[in-house]
Amino acid sequence: MSIETELSTLLGKLPDGINEGVALGTGLAEGFDLYDSAIGQVAVTFNPEGVSSLDIADVGFEDRFRSRFERPLIRAEAPGSWARHIPSAIEEGRPGKLPVDLRSVTKFQADVLGRTATIPRGEVRPYAWLANEVRRPNAVRAAGSAVANNPIPLIIPCHRVVRADGHIGNYSLGGPDNKVDLLEHEGTRPGWLEGLAAQHVRFRGDSSTGVVCHPTCHAVRRSEKANVVGFRSLKAAMDEGFLACEVCRPCC
Amino acid sequence: MDNIGYALAVDLDNAFPEVVEEMGTRLYWGLRRMSADHQEAEDLTQETFIRAYNALNGYDRQRIRDMKLESWLWTIALNLGRNHVRDRSRRPTWVELEDLGTEDPEIADGHAWDRRLECLNRHQRTAVVLRHVIGMGIADITEATGRPAGTVKADIHRGLAKLKEVMEDET
Repeated sequence: MSIETELSTLLGKLPDGINEGVALGTGLAEGFDLYDSAIGQVAVTFNPEGVSSLDIADVGFEDRFRSRFERPLIRAEAPGSWARHIPSAIEEGRPGKLPVDLRSVTKFQADVLGRTATIPRGEVRPYAWLANEVRRPNAVRAAGSAVANNPIPLIIPCHRVVRADGHIGNYSLGGPDNKVDLLEHEGTRPGWLEGLAAQHVRFRGDSSTGVVCHPTCHAVRRSEKANVVGFRSLKAAMDEGFLACEVCRPCC
Repeated sequence: MDNIGYALAVDLDNAFPEVVEEMGTRLYWGLRRMSADHQEAEDLTQETFIRAYNALNGYDRQRIRDMKLESWLWTIALNLGRNHVRDRSRRPTWVELEDLGTEDPEIADGHAWDRRLECLNRHQRTAVVLRHVIGMGIADITEATGRPAGTVKADIHRGLAKLKEVMEDET
């Protein structure tokens, strides 16, 4: 056999993994991996842009992902440059240094979710606050549906958004019981919130500083108990000369 | 390949996996014969496709339809390979001995040919692999390597002569 003929036989089979590596590297497929959370095991999906979704890791997860995002899904390790931020983002309930990919939602919805991500652990905000924060104060329902369709719950902490009447409201990630569990895990007591709502207290102020806050704002929670006053509305507080807290920006 | 160029121009995302399927084997084994290293060939193959996809995303349909896909992919792969070698020579590499040979899809005689091909200089090795392992024409190799046709032919000729010499020494 001539050298040329022998050389032409030196092609083998394509090694496993190259197709998948390319699909993941180009973002033509999403990767996913499993992580622990306060409400059990969750599946996190990602692509080169960042984390794109999070869901309960049950048997239906892959089907739900495919019907919602219509993309192939491959079990893989997250990109090394930010994989280590995923467990802490889940535990702390904020993206921090973790890049998130919100291309699956509209610009408005991404804005709402971006504000949602700023709600501190241990605190909650009403839907109307989110609408106000994105300068669309009349779009409360739209803000509510943006939160309801949050593709990355836990990491974008939509469990910290509650109804204005103090009821904790619905939760997409496995139902309202999970929302209660998460809030309790973070030190927010849902029963206490509902108690305030029953007394029609929607804001709380500190009479020594003259500042009025959302009830769970860490500013007013640090106040002396004797100085804390409850208000039915922001206007009622303003009428008594209180100023809106600059940290939690109460609005409605 | 003409059909793939057309399919890519119409629907890049749907057609691209087909390109990987069709070209991946040739790209991987060509790089494998040039580097004699499974991991390096695998990394370069993946990186080449990822770069190609990102570039195609920015091209208009006409440009995609008109391009010679295989030689263009090889241009990317050979450039990446040069940088890869340069990056590696700047820092020491450790090879875990027990990892050698695992997941290695090597074919019979492959290692013998790696030793023989190692006797060629880089240009000769690239040209011989593209011409006789992959089966590309001189015009496509010229495009892929950026070297004139006469030079490519001389590289192939000298490369084959060297291989013959090495094989005669073996017996």
